[in-house]
Amino acid sequence: MNIINFTPVSAFVGGSLIGFAAFLFFAFNGRIAGVCSIASGAINKSENRFDNILFLLGLIIGPIIYSFSGKEIESVLTNSIPLLIIGGLLVGAGTKIGNGCTSGHGVCGVSRFSLRSIIATITFIITGVITVLIFGI
Amino acid sequence: MTKLSSLISGIIFGLGLTISGMVNPEKVLGFLNIFDAWDPSLILVMIGAILIFSPLHFIFKRKSRPIFAKNFFVPSNKDIDNKLIIGAIMFGVGWGLVGFCPGPAISAISFLNTSVYLFVLFMFFGFYLGNFFINKNEPNKV
Repeated sequence: MNIINFTPVSAFVGGSLIGFAAFLFFAFNGRIAGVCSIASGAINKSENRFDNILFLLGLIIGPIIYSFSGKEIESVLTNSIPLLIIGGLLVGAGTKIGNGCTSGHGVCGVSRFSLRSIIATITFIITGVITVLIFGI
Repeated sequence: MTKLSSLISGIIFGLGLTISGMVNPEKVLGFLNIFDAWDPSLILVMIGAILIFSPLHFIFKRKSRPIFAKNFFVPSNKDIDNKLIIGAIMFGVGWGLVGFCPGPAISAISFLNTSVYLFVLFMFFGFYLGNFFINKNEPNKV
């Protein structure tokens, strides 16, 4: 193992903003900022549907605001079409069935010391590591 | 008013995902690539987020209600069941194949990349299928 591309400062600053956004959503709306729940709640006839849609719109606006600073945003996605389809289905169905994703379980759930979320987070990180080990990057 | 706070929370969340580099699947896959060339950044993203959210939320939770909404909606489910583990495994495989989880994938819509659209489209179809699976197995629970 060797360490590459490590960006501790931007990672910590960006992470803190994510935590702050989750706190705002909790303080004002009383809800947990799990993006999978918010996204699936945007396509259902839930009572907070319009809130969910606006949160997702905010997620899309965030990078656009950042790009006004003149800095380039790096995003490399090289998967083949079948892999994108399979990956999308697994991420969607998996987070729905497991009731959470990196933000819902990984950030908010772990912060609340929820054992359920801690176990889910360890499980998806280990599974992700094994997947990369088998299929490569 | 909850609509305004939803939008603002989303924007700050999206900025955080962008600054931390999590909108880049290559960087996320670099984190999962522990046994080869490892990029530990994602750990610091989670630590930063938890260090802010955890104490602030515990302090705020003592209030009787949120600022705009009528009450708090906090998950009460404590079951460590098969659904939790199977779902987390499925998510982990998809995450390891592509490098996207739901938040960054939606933020990446702003990059106008057809691969992102395809992933997001099937992710939403996955929510639908997951919901179908849950209802089929437990028709009495929502």
